[in-house]
Amino acid sequence: MTPSPPDRADGQAASETSGRDINPAGVHLPLDPLPGHASRGRLERILRRGEFAVTAELNPPDSADPDDVYDRAAVFDGWVDGINAVDASGANCHMSSVGICALLTRMGYAPIMQIACRDRNRIAIQGDVLGAAAMGVMNILCLTGDGVQTGDQAGAKPVFDLDCMSLLETIRTMRDEHKFLSGRKLTAAPQVFLGAAINPFAPPFDFRPLRLAKKIAAGAQFVQSQYCFDVPMFRDYMRRVRDLGLHEHCFILCGVGPLASARAARWMRTHVPGVHIPDHIITRLDAASDQKEEGKRICLDIISEVKEIEGVAGIHVMAYRQEEYVAEIVHQSGVLKGRAPWRKEPNPANEMAEARLEESARAPDQALQALAAAAAEPET
Amino acid sequence: MTESRSASPRRYAIRLWSVHHARALERIYNGLAHLLLRLHPMFAALGYQRFEPPVRFLEAAVKKPLFGCRMCGQCVLSSTGMSCPMNCPKQLRNGPCGGVRANGNCEVIPDMPCVWVQAVAGAEKMAAGDAIRQVQPPVDQRLGGTSSWLRVTQQAKAPSSLQGPRR
Repeated sequence: MTPSPPDRADGQAASETSGRDINPAGVHLPLDPLPGHASRGRLERILRRGEFAVTAELNPPDSADPDDVYDRAAVFDGWVDGINAVDASGANCHMSSVGICALLTRMGYAPIMQIACRDRNRIAIQGDVLGAAAMGVMNILCLTGDGVQTGDQAGAKPVFDLDCMSLLETIRTMRDEHKFLSGRKLTAAPQVFLGAAINPFAPPFDFRPLRLAKKIAAGAQFVQSQYCFDVPMFRDYMRRVRDLGLHEHCFILCGVGPLASARAARWMRTHVPGVHIPDHIITRLDAASDQKEEGKRICLDIISEVKEIEGVAGIHVMAYRQEEYVAEIVHQSGVLKGRAPWRKEPNPANEMAEARLEESARAPDQALQALAAAAAEPET
Repeated sequence: MTESRSASPRRYAIRLWSVHHARALERIYNGLAHLLLRLHPMFAALGYQRFEPPVRFLEAAVKKPLFGCRMCGQCVLSSTGMSCPMNCPKQLRNGPCGGVRANGNCEVIPDMPCVWVQAVAGAEKMAAGDAIRQVQPPVDQRLGGTSSWLRVTQQAKAPSSLQGPRR
C-alpha cells in the first residue's frame, strides 16, 4: 500500500514549498541559474537551501520497453528529489544509464546519471556527458564501478581508463573551464551538479575521510554512501569528516535500504562488494516472524538515527526490487517534514524539438522540390 | 590483469616488503633522482633518446621484482606509499575503491592484499607520505613501456621540452 504523496494530501503546503522552484515567468520555463550553483537542477537547490534531500535508485530494466522505465519511476513520484539511473551496477547488463536518462528527462524527471569507469574510456564518457547535459540531465554521479567479476559478463574486458577521481576532475573541467580533457574547447559547457560515492564501511578506515577530501578537491559537490547498516561506524566516519570540515564543502547523503530477509542479507554480504552488514542486523531479521516487515523497520530505525547526525544532508534509498516501499519508507521516516519534492520538471528540449518539427512541417514541399531538381539534373 | 591473477603469494610478499620499507626506499629513490639530475648534462649532450633503452632496462629490472612494476612510464610510487597502483585490477590512481574486503584484500582478486590498503600503510611511513592526498591525473597510455626515471629527470630540467600527461 503506497501512501499518496503529501502534495495530494495537503495541496497548500506543497505548493508553498515547491513554489520556490518554479520559474516566476511560467511553470514550463527552465529555472534561472542561482549564483554559486553549478546546475539549474532542483536537487542542488534543495540541498543548498538546507532541506533534507531524498534520492532513490531506479532498478534498471532488462528490456527495450520505455514503459518499464516509466513504471519504475512512477513509484517515486512526489517522494524523491532525484532518481539515480545506475550504470550497469554490479557489472550486470541492463538498460544503460544514458538510455534511462533520455527517457526520464523526456518526461521531466530529475535523474542523477551514474557513470562507471569500468565500461567506457575517456572518449566515450566525455561524449556521454555532453549528450546527457543536452538532454537535460542536471546531476552526474561519478563512480569507479564494481569489477567485472561480480556481474553476469565476467569475461568482459574491464576498461577503467579513468578512475572516479579523474572522472570528477574531467567533468568539472568540462563544466568550469569549458574544455575537454585534451584541452579542446567546448562551445557550450555541461551545467551539472557533480556527485560521487563514499564507502565508510570498507578498509582502510582511517583513509576514507581523506579520500572524501580528495573527491571534493576533484569536484564532488554531493556524495551518496554505500548501504549503511552499521550506524556507530557511520557516526565515527562522520565525526572525522566534520573534524576535517568536509561536510561544509559537500552534501553527504547516507545510503539506506530495506533488507528483504535474513537470507537476502547474507547473500548481499557475500556477493555485493563493499556491503557491510553487522551480525546483529541478521540476528534481528532471523528472529522476526515477518522478515520483510522487520527489514523495513530496521531501515526506518537507521534513518531516524542517521538523519540526526551532524553533516548528513539527506538519504539515498536503495530498495532493490522493493522500490514500491520507497514512498512508504520516506513517508514513515518523516524526513521530508511535509515537504513535497517536485514531481516532474518541464524539459526545454521537448519544446525545442516540437518547434523544429513544426518548422519542417511548414516547408516540406520546398525540400521535396529541391530534391527533385537535384535528381533531374543530368549526370556529367 | 591476468599477470597479477597468476602471481604467486611470494610476489605479494616482496611487494609487501617494499611497502614495509617505504621509508628506506623513499630515501634510495631521492638519492637516485638526485644522481640522475646530475647526469642531466650528459643525457642532454648525447640525447635523452640514446639513453632510453639502457635506463628502461635498468628501471624494469629494479622495479618489476620490487613493486610488480608495469612500466606505465609515469611512476607515482612516491605518492602511493611504494605500492604500485598499476597492480590494482581497476588500476586506480587515487585511492581504494569501495569494494575492499573486510580483511583488507582485493574485491577482484580475493587472495591479494588491496594495493591501496598497502599504499596507505606505506605512505604513513614515508617522509613525504602526504603526497597520497594529491589528485592524480589519468594514465597516459602513450607513455607505457618507457622510462619514468628519464622523463622525470628531463621534465625537472626542461619542463617545456616534454609533454607530460595532458590534463
